[in-house]
Amino acid sequence: MAETTFIVKIKRQAAPDEAVRWQEFEIRYRPHLNIITCLRDIAEKPVTRDGNGTTPVAYDANCLEEVCGACAMLINGYPRQACSALVDNLEKPIRLEPLTKFPLIRDLQVDRSIMFENLKRMQCWVPIDGTYAIGPGPRMSPAEQEIVYPMSRCITCGNCLEVCPKVNGRTQFVGAAIISQVRLFNMHPTGKMHARERLEAMMGPGGIQDCDNAQNCVKVCPKNIPLTESNNEINRQVLKHAIWDWLNWSEGPTKRDEEWKRTGIQR
Amino acid sequence: MREPKIIVVGGGLAGLMATIRIAESGVPVELFSIVPVKRSHSVCAQGGINAAKNLKGEGDSAWIHFDDTIYGGDFLANQPLVKGMCEAAPAIIDLLDRMGVTFNRTPEGLLDFRRFGGTLYHRTAFAGATTGQQLLYALDEQVRRFESEDKVKKFEAWTFLSVVLDEKKICRGICAMDLKTMQVRTFPADAVIFCTGGIGAIFRQTTNSVVCTGSAQSALFQQGVYYANGEFIQVHPTAIPGEDKCRLMSESLRGEGGRVWVPKKAGDTRPARSIPENERFYFLEEWYPKYGNLVPRDVATRAIYKIVFEQKMGLSGLNAVYLDLTHLPREMLDRKLEGVLEIYQKFVGTDPREEPMKVFPAMHYTMGGLWVDNEHQATNVPGIYAAGECEYQYHGANRLGANSLLSCIYGGMLAGPAAVKYARNLEKGCESVPSPVYDAERSRQQEANDSLLHQQGSENPMTIWKELGEWMTEHVTVIRLNANLQKTLNKLDELSDRFAHVNLADRTQWANQTLQFTRELGNMIVLSKAITMGALARNETRGAHYKPEFPERDDKNWLKTTKASYDSGRIKLEYEPVDISLIPPRSRKY
Repeated sequence: MAETTFIVKIKRQAAPDEAVRWQEFEIRYRPHLNIITCLRDIAEKPVTRDGNGTTPVAYDANCLEEVCGACAMLINGYPRQACSALVDNLEKPIRLEPLTKFPLIRDLQVDRSIMFENLKRMQCWVPIDGTYAIGPGPRMSPAEQEIVYPMSRCITCGNCLEVCPKVNGRTQFVGAAIISQVRLFNMHPTGKMHARERLEAMMGPGGIQDCDNAQNCVKVCPKNIPLTESNNEINRQVLKHAIWDWLNWSEGPTKRDEEWKRTGIQR
Repeated sequence: MREPKIIVVGGGLAGLMATIRIAESGVPVELFSIVPVKRSHSVCAQGGINAAKNLKGEGDSAWIHFDDTIYGGDFLANQPLVKGMCEAAPAIIDLLDRMGVTFNRTPEGLLDFRRFGGTLYHRTAFAGATTGQQLLYALDEQVRRFESEDKVKKFEAWTFLSVVLDEKKICRGICAMDLKTMQVRTFPADAVIFCTGGIGAIFRQTTNSVVCTGSAQSALFQQGVYYANGEFIQVHPTAIPGEDKCRLMSESLRGEGGRVWVPKKAGDTRPARSIPENERFYFLEEWYPKYGNLVPRDVATRAIYKIVFEQKMGLSGLNAVYLDLTHLPREMLDRKLEGVLEIYQKFVGTDPREEPMKVFPAMHYTMGGLWVDNEHQATNVPGIYAAGECEYQYHGANRLGANSLLSCIYGGMLAGPAAVKYARNLEKGCESVPSPVYDAERSRQQEANDSLLHQQGSENPMTIWKELGEWMTEHVTVIRLNANLQKTLNKLDELSDRFAHVNLADRTQWANQTLQFTRELGNMIVLSKAITMGALARNETRGAHYKPEFPERDDKNWLKTTKASYDSGRIKLEYEPVDISLIPPRSRKY
C-alpha cells in the first residue's frame, strides 16, 4: 500500500532583500503530526515536491507546547503557533507564511523585538526597591488573582498585532498585547503606585488612542486573554487620568502630585 | 576604581536572577541568549516552587525541606549549599511576590501552597500551572527595567561558541555568533556566568525546549571545565509522548489529587471510565502507601516501567498508563491546573477533565552539570561561574519536583555577587589582555564554521541527531546495563566519525539555522560520551541511576561525585567525596 502523504506549501525568502518564492513539499503522514515536525522532516530531506534540492526552512521555535510564543506564523492564512497546529485538523494543502507585520529575517522567521521595546517604553514592571529580604509582598484576594492571572499568561507571540488594522507602517500603535500588560501592572498593588507613568506613556505616540476597536486581537489570542476588555479598561483609565489632570491643573503640580501619590489609580 | 565587566550567558531564571543581582550592585552586564530571554525554557516549568513557609499548620521547616531534598537525592548532593537554598527559599518567594508573580491565593489573601513529590508537606507555591512562565516573566520585567536604565545590554539571537582563555587559562571573555548575520565575535569580560540550562536534545524525545542542547556546557567541558555527575538523568514519570517533543504533565496534577492506574486485566479494551473501581490497579498507591502517587520521580518512573515492560499491563497496545483527574472538581482543576490541562487538550484532543490522560515517562532534567565549588557557583576555571540546571550542585542523584525553579534562582543569586567580587579583585582586568588572545579564539571558531560550510560529506545532521537520541534514550535513561552502555559508547564513537563527514544543506551566511544546529550537535555527541562513561563506571543504583545488575546503593564505593575532564579528545573520570557533614546517609525507602 502506498503511504499517505500530504502537501505543505511554504513561502520562502532567503533574506529581506531576496526574491519571494513558494515551494511545495510532500510530507509523509503520521497521526498527531504538528507543523514543527513537518519542518523537521524537510530539514532532514530538503527536497521540494518536484525533486529539487533546497535549504531547510528557517523558523523560530522553542518550547513546542505553546508557552514561549516563538513559533507564531501564518498557517493557512491564520496567525497561530506552529507547535499546536496539528496536521490532522488543518485543511490540505497546508500553507505556511511568515507573519507580515514584523520585519522578515528569513523564510518563516521574523523579528518581533519591537514588542519587547514597547514593553520597555510602557514601563511594564513592578518597581521593587531591591532583591534584598525585606519582607512579604502585598496581599491579594483570590478574586483579584483570578483577574490578573490570565493577563500574565501573554506569550508575546504577536498574533494580536498581526491581525490589527492599526498595526501598519503608518502608526506606531503598540497593540493589544502591550496594552493588556499595562492593565496588568496598573492592577498590581505596588505597580499601581506608578500607574501614572504608564498612562502617560499610553497617551503618547502609538498609545491607546490608536486602537479603533476592530476587536480582531481577541479572536487570535492563543491564551484567550480578554484583550478587548483590557483595551477598554486602559481607555477608561487614560480618560480619567486626562480629566483629572485637566481639573487639577489650576491647583499646581504639587497638590496634584500629592493627590496622585495618595490615591494612585483605582481600577 | 575600574568598573568590572561581566557577561551572563543564558536568560532563563538563573541567568536573569544573576543579571539582576549584578546590575543591582551597579556593575554593567552583557546578557547573551539564543532566544529572546522571555522565551527561555524556564517558561515550561508548570507545578511550582518549593519553600517551607509553613502556612498550613503542618510544622514544616527549612530543615525538613533540606532533609527531603537530600533524601530525595539519595545523599549524593553536597549538603551545605542545599541547606542554604532551603533556608533562603521563603525569602525568595517573598521577593517573587513583590515582583508581581500572580501566585494563587488563599481566602485570606496569602500565598497558597500545594503538595509535590517526595514530601508530605504542602510546600509548593504556584501560579496556576504555569509557575515557571510567571517567574520568568517577573525576572524578565526587572531586567527590562535595568535595561531601560542602561545597566544591562542584551544580545538576543546570539549563540555562545567558546570562552576566551589567556595563557594562564583564566577566562577573559567569550566568543559568540550572531544568529542573523552569522558573524563570529569576541566579547571581553572579567567574569562570565553560564546559565545555559538543560541538555534534553541529546535524548531528542524530551520535555525540554529546542534550545536545551547542552552545547555550551560541552564547549566549556572541552575547554577545561569539569562536568560532574553527568550520569544522573531524570526521567519524568508523566508526559505525553510525541515525535517532536514529549509534553510534560506536571507532578502538580498528582499533587492536587490525580491518581495513576492501569486496568487490572492486561489488554482490557473497555473505555477507562467504564472500568469499575475494583478492577483498577492504582499501583503507586498500593506499592507506596505512605507517599502514594507522590513518590519521587525516579521511583514513579521505574514503577511505570515495571507495569508496562515487566508486567505487560500497559494500556492496550500502548506504552502508557492512566493519569486520572476525572474524580476531581472541575472548578478546582480550572483554577489550579488549567495551563497543563490546556496543553493536553490541544495536543491530544480529549478533555482530561472528562477522560483520564494517557501518559508515559520522558527524559526531563539533568541533575549533573558543570562542576562548581561548594560556595560561590565557581567552576574550576578562574572567571567561569555557572548556575541553574547547567550545573550539578543541588539535586544529588534525583531532583525533587518544584526544587528546580528554586535552585535556579538561588544559584543565580549567589553567582552574580560572586562574579562581581572576583572581577573587582582581579589584579589585571580583561582590558590588559593582548588582542591576539581574542583574535586567536575568534579565528579558531570562524575556521570551525568555515570548514563545516565548505566540506562535502555524505551525512545529514538531522539523521545523526535521530540516532543519537534513540541510543541515549534506550540505554542511558531508566534502565542501565553495562553491556548496553559499552555498546552506546561504541555507537557514539561511530557518530563522531560520521559527524566529521557531515554535509550542510545550507551553506549561506544569513540566519543559517543548519550551521547553528550542526555546531550544537557536535558538542552534544561529546557530552553524551561523558554522560555514558559516568553511567558505565558507576556500578550501583542511586536515585535516577538504576542498574539491575547492581540493584543496591553502595556508599562504601560510590558515595562520591563523578568529575569528568577532557583533554585533547580524551575523557577522563575522577571522583571527589560528597560533603555529608549535616545529615548522615540512611537508606532511602518511600
